[in-house]
Amino acid sequence: MATPANAMTRPGPAHVDPRGSRFGAAVTTVLLIAIIILGPRSLVAALLLAIQTVAFAIGTVLGPAVHPYGWLYRRLLRPRLGPPAELEDAAPPRFAQGVGLVFAVVGGLGAITGLAAVFYVALCFALAAAFLNAAFGVCLGCQVYLIIQRLTSRAG
Amino acid sequence: MNTTVLGAVAVLIVLAIASAWALRMRSQAGRLRQPRSVLEITSDDVGRPLGERATLLQFSSAYCQPCQASRIVLRDVAAAAPGVAHVDLDVRSNMGLVRRLGVTRTPTVFILDAAGVAQQEASDVPRKADVVSALGRISGGAHPSGARGEAGPGIDHASWAS
Repeated sequence: MATPANAMTRPGPAHVDPRGSRFGAAVTTVLLIAIIILGPRSLVAALLLAIQTVAFAIGTVLGPAVHPYGWLYRRLLRPRLGPPAELEDAAPPRFAQGVGLVFAVVGGLGAITGLAAVFYVALCFALAAAFLNAAFGVCLGCQVYLIIQRLTSRAG
Repeated sequence: MNTTVLGAVAVLIVLAIASAWALRMRSQAGRLRQPRSVLEITSDDVGRPLGERATLLQFSSAYCQPCQASRIVLRDVAAAAPGVAHVDLDVRSNMGLVRRLGVTRTPTVFILDAAGVAQQEASDVPRKADVVSALGRISGGAHPSGARGEAGPGIDHASWAS
């Protein structure tokens, strides 16, 4: 059965304030825009991409509750916004962070190997996903998750 | 081409395409429409009796904020309308039905008549007013008592437009 109407569990590793994910996506969007504009041969871009890649990695491995952008959100914004109206499961944002990590690594490899097209394509996809999340709250991860579940269940 | 210009152009194109796509999805989402084929659902399919006049059937997945919003809308409409049932099914435990009905995203909502035939469907959160007027047409005119636009508890009317 579908999960019951939101039981107010405490925020923690398994349930997170969804506004934190959106804030993180906004930070990611800004960083990716800067990286793309600076281009694959810019040292500043390389540094920013390294930062963003580490952020994605932390979000994937440790989950959004421990995410560095989530930390920024909790320290700067959340005291002004007040407690969340509801919590979301941490699994789909974590999945999305994993996808972002893959794109960031591929883009970085593209820059390192001199394949500028790979750099641009990979980071533009990452930007599109982060922007959709930040600006429209669209969770591509949720939809992909459902598709994967359908496929794996059909095979089962 | 200058790298900065190339990058800026790429960014603008990505943001423009993404925005256009999202706005289009948003304007289409939640709109009630006739199902493309005849879909008949029985009480065995959903594991409980259907509503006497109509059934608001929703498919949800476990991690899905819009599903929660849809749940609230349908629950409130059903509560205010006698003979209208609200059924919320998890897609993972109802894969056969999900495939038969062609459910591809959550939430997906079907409005069934008294015989279990799907008269309307929507992907994404349907607007409360749309559901209410669809019910009026399906069950022959008698509007549920909450239909005159009074806000139920916790219903944010502004959220329909988003």
